[in-house]
Amino acid sequence: MAQAFIYDHVRTPRGRGRPDGSLHEVSSVQLAAQTLKALRARNGLDTALVDDVILGCAQPVGEQGGNIARAAVLEAGYAQTVAGQQVHRFCASALEAMNNAAMQVMTGAADAAIGGGVESMSRTLMGSDTGAWAADPWVAYHNYYAPQGIGADLIATRKGFTRGDVDAYALESQQRAAKAWDEGRFARSVIPVVDVLGKVLLDHDEYRRPDTTAESLASLKPAFTTFGKDYGFDAVAMQRYPAVLEVNHVHTAGNSSGIVDGAAVVLVGGEAFGKAAGLKPRAKIRAFTSIGSEQTIMLDGPVACVNKLLKRAGMTMADIDLVEINEAFASVVMNFMAEMNLDHGKVNVNGGAIALGHPLGATGAMITGILLDELERRDLSTGLITLCAGNGLATATIIERV
Amino acid sequence: MTNQIKYDVQDGIALITLDDPGRPMNVVSPEWLAEMNDAIDRIAADDAVKGAIITSGKPAFMAGADLKGILERMEHDISVDEALAFSQLATGMHRKLETCGKPFVAAINGLALGGGYELCLACHYQIVADDPKIKLGLPEVTVGLLAGSGGTQRLPRLIGIDKAVPIIVEGKTVGPAEALKLGMVNEVVPADQLIAAARKAIDNGIDPVRPWDKKGYRVKEGQGLLNPIQGFSYSVLAGKIAAKTWHNYPAPIVNLDAIFEGMIMPFDKALAVESKLFAKLMTSPEARNIIRTSFVNKGLADKLIRRPEGFAKVKYGKIGVLGAGLMGSGIAHVAAKVGIQVVLLDSKIEFAEKGKNYSEKIVKKAVERGTMTQDKADALLALITPTVDYSDLDGCDIVIEAVFEDIEIKADVTRKAEAVLPATAIYASNTSTLPISDLARASVRPDRFIGLHFFSPVERMPLIEVISGKQTSQETLAQALDLVGQLRMTPVLVNDSRGFYTSRVFQTFIHEGMKMLEEGVDPAIIENAGKLAGMPIGPLELTDALTIELPWKIVKQSIAAEGDRYVLPCAYNVMKVMVEDQKRIGRRGDGGFYDYPAEGGKHIWPGLKDLFPVAAEQPDAGELVKRYLHIQALETARCLEEGVLTHAADGDLGALLGWGFPAFTGGTLSYIDTVGAARFVAECDELAAKYGPRFKPSPWLVDRAQRGVTFHGPNAG
Repeated sequence: MAQAFIYDHVRTPRGRGRPDGSLHEVSSVQLAAQTLKALRARNGLDTALVDDVILGCAQPVGEQGGNIARAAVLEAGYAQTVAGQQVHRFCASALEAMNNAAMQVMTGAADAAIGGGVESMSRTLMGSDTGAWAADPWVAYHNYYAPQGIGADLIATRKGFTRGDVDAYALESQQRAAKAWDEGRFARSVIPVVDVLGKVLLDHDEYRRPDTTAESLASLKPAFTTFGKDYGFDAVAMQRYPAVLEVNHVHTAGNSSGIVDGAAVVLVGGEAFGKAAGLKPRAKIRAFTSIGSEQTIMLDGPVACVNKLLKRAGMTMADIDLVEINEAFASVVMNFMAEMNLDHGKVNVNGGAIALGHPLGATGAMITGILLDELERRDLSTGLITLCAGNGLATATIIERV
Repeated sequence: MTNQIKYDVQDGIALITLDDPGRPMNVVSPEWLAEMNDAIDRIAADDAVKGAIITSGKPAFMAGADLKGILERMEHDISVDEALAFSQLATGMHRKLETCGKPFVAAINGLALGGGYELCLACHYQIVADDPKIKLGLPEVTVGLLAGSGGTQRLPRLIGIDKAVPIIVEGKTVGPAEALKLGMVNEVVPADQLIAAARKAIDNGIDPVRPWDKKGYRVKEGQGLLNPIQGFSYSVLAGKIAAKTWHNYPAPIVNLDAIFEGMIMPFDKALAVESKLFAKLMTSPEARNIIRTSFVNKGLADKLIRRPEGFAKVKYGKIGVLGAGLMGSGIAHVAAKVGIQVVLLDSKIEFAEKGKNYSEKIVKKAVERGTMTQDKADALLALITPTVDYSDLDGCDIVIEAVFEDIEIKADVTRKAEAVLPATAIYASNTSTLPISDLARASVRPDRFIGLHFFSPVERMPLIEVISGKQTSQETLAQALDLVGQLRMTPVLVNDSRGFYTSRVFQTFIHEGMKMLEEGVDPAIIENAGKLAGMPIGPLELTDALTIELPWKIVKQSIAAEGDRYVLPCAYNVMKVMVEDQKRIGRRGDGGFYDYPAEGGKHIWPGLKDLFPVAAEQPDAGELVKRYLHIQALETARCLEEGVLTHAADGDLGALLGWGFPAFTGGTLSYIDTVGAARFVAECDELAAKYGPRFKPSPWLVDRAQRGVTFHGPNAG
């Protein structure tokens, strides 16, 4: 099997995912196209060398529907021969897209492929794609469906994470993100997004609240009490987890991932591609896998997924220098660190989606890029990326610098 | 025309009058469907008829399906194909009516529920009489069935999904005014103008083509999951249903599914799918069990089917209630409510008056809520006479004793009362624990002595356990049942035994829950498994509500009475530790298994884990569910075997109405039938091996299982 390498990656900054967010006027296809253009420009890439562009998207309907990857390829002016496909593995979509690109390279189906993702959460609202799992009443009922926030609160309840615990985690995420921006750690890979006149709309992650304090976090209202108590989802959770007598609703807008707009792409190719394109690989994609986990709690899949991945790769956590686990909710990361016996010192060292935002279908590629940049900055070797995803899914990937 | 409907034509309008001569209510039956089909054909073919009115010759318009007939088919294991054909037959008639080309008006003179309102929905126009007692709705879901015959399709198309869901998925019924507001009817008119209004509507012109049969029609909410707002709404509805049913009752989600599926399809395809979903529910054990016990057998019990024949029926004008505590006050209230004079006696006049005050509070609230007039409230209260004087009992045909559960006190009261009562009067004890035959020893006429075990709060709990002692006569039983009938409550017949039936079996549930604590089961799992089993609340919370002291006292009484013959219950240690050592008697004390802080909700008492440490390995909740349901069912079977119960139906009803055994099971003995007797005894044997001999099925039960004898249905025995 051929080795798949990462040659480069870029991402947009993350705009607040609301009508007053800086990227609201940029359509999803433009977001994706601008990242593709930036990747081409900074690498002097002959796009005819690329076989496929695979974009993750978690709400692939409306302007994000109809295979947004192919639309972005053409909009970006890539060679006509570059194919395009969109993948949906909920929040893990972009990581799955990169893994898919790697698979094409490894199997010889492609010399090079771009994996990434796009999500304009301000334009295509969460829940737009509905879906049988959550909204077909027969399926949702028998699926013991409960919204993500209930799963996050359920993890906290079962693990005994208090409101103070999850808020403390959130505060740390804000502080790490602030430090990363202050030190310019993201500068290398964040491209400015421009408007129709070519003027810069946003060149930094605008969702952040670097002045966040423990007090300001503590003042926020729990976000999922209505879902739990009025809509019946606490009872659904208890039917699946009878050891829980009451769900402790600890998650708020402050310790959950932010709603943002953004896109990111990772250029993956084999050795021959690097030579043809005159590029040096920055890392190799060492191993990846996905897993299904219990769907009501939904978000604890990264533990089983990473254990499976390490075993298949013949590695242990000791071989991993840095970890990026998506901060869907504070409890997701805290649970992962507790279960994997991980020191917070090597996890999400530049903060995460709580501070920076989580553009659902794009995040996997964004945190891959952040991890690679940080490995290089610290001159470390091996990193792990993992995300939990809807309906009990998780994906994980290990990269290693070359 | 035959006899289900009357058919007249006047001034070019056909009047179909529903009037089943064999029943007090019109119901959907195969004969009726056939006659309706004929009538529709006739109207369609007769050029002299321009439209039709459907009304009823009875006080009610139509009650809906013939549940007795449906149960009969269910008991004989109706196949899915038969159920489908059953549904299609009814659906076909309604569709033919709707598409025959002439306008039909439903002139709704009385309640129209289920099939009754489905008939109205199939008509092109609905007019209802302005009588607030009239109820309209589709309550099939409450008996485990589907609002078929197009009910799940026409109503949401007419009034929208949001408004239709409470009617179809929750079975909510509404009066004429609300029906008009919701769009369930077109007009509300005075009752005496109903037919005239219907004629006028036809004369003014009614479109005989429904909106959904017009070209280009699109269901307003037909986008289904392509509309995120609908997606969110369905998602929340599914969550709410799951929270309510704990996944034990299939009907609500299937009814919602019928709406969900049907709304994105053309009308005839939607009806076809609805019929399939109807067949799915009609063949479900849950629907059979609910209809059997909660409807058919409850109806029979209410009609006093167990009353021994050949004894004069008594209508009570004046009764005595001895003891004006919670139970006595409640009994006095329900008696006065049906117009019976009550002498409410206690040892001190302020106690007796406090008992009457119980009724005063209830009627005051009812008047405030507008559910009772002040006149009726005054009349009710005037019927209750508080007293301390036994001679006031003179002229009472029955007295109900509800004094403290102490055999000596009870004996004293019996003697004092009998001294002044007419020789023919019945003496009934409301004891919940003391054997009737023991109490009857204090009586000079033990043949007129009987147990009438009411449940608390009496005005909300419709069950009465009617307990015959060794010497209770059949006449006494018959006439005690007459009182139950007069009170409009539901009797179950029980023969004397410690705890009778309901207390005895109910205790096995709370004992099992408490025993699990001692085994190291997490209290949360103990409680949630109770809900997963379908019980209204978990056993620990329930015991706290009753006080742990109550079942503990029963144990002590039983030891005193039976000595070594008494088998200690499995929860003996837990109750002893909680009551005797920890003095935590329950909610009424300073807490029991839970703490009940004044602020914030209740929570498991933190000290519990020190007394009963939670084991590292926890059982599957499903195993606990099985223990709860099996032990109650097994104890009920023992009651039947021992003759404490005489009829399986009484065991089922007592379980549902007495202590909230889940309706989807049909009751404790229907539960055994549903599990299957052979599987049930095999599982009990396994449970006995794991948890103790209390789960050991008796040879009687094993023998029945081997012979394939059931408690209900064609193999009942």
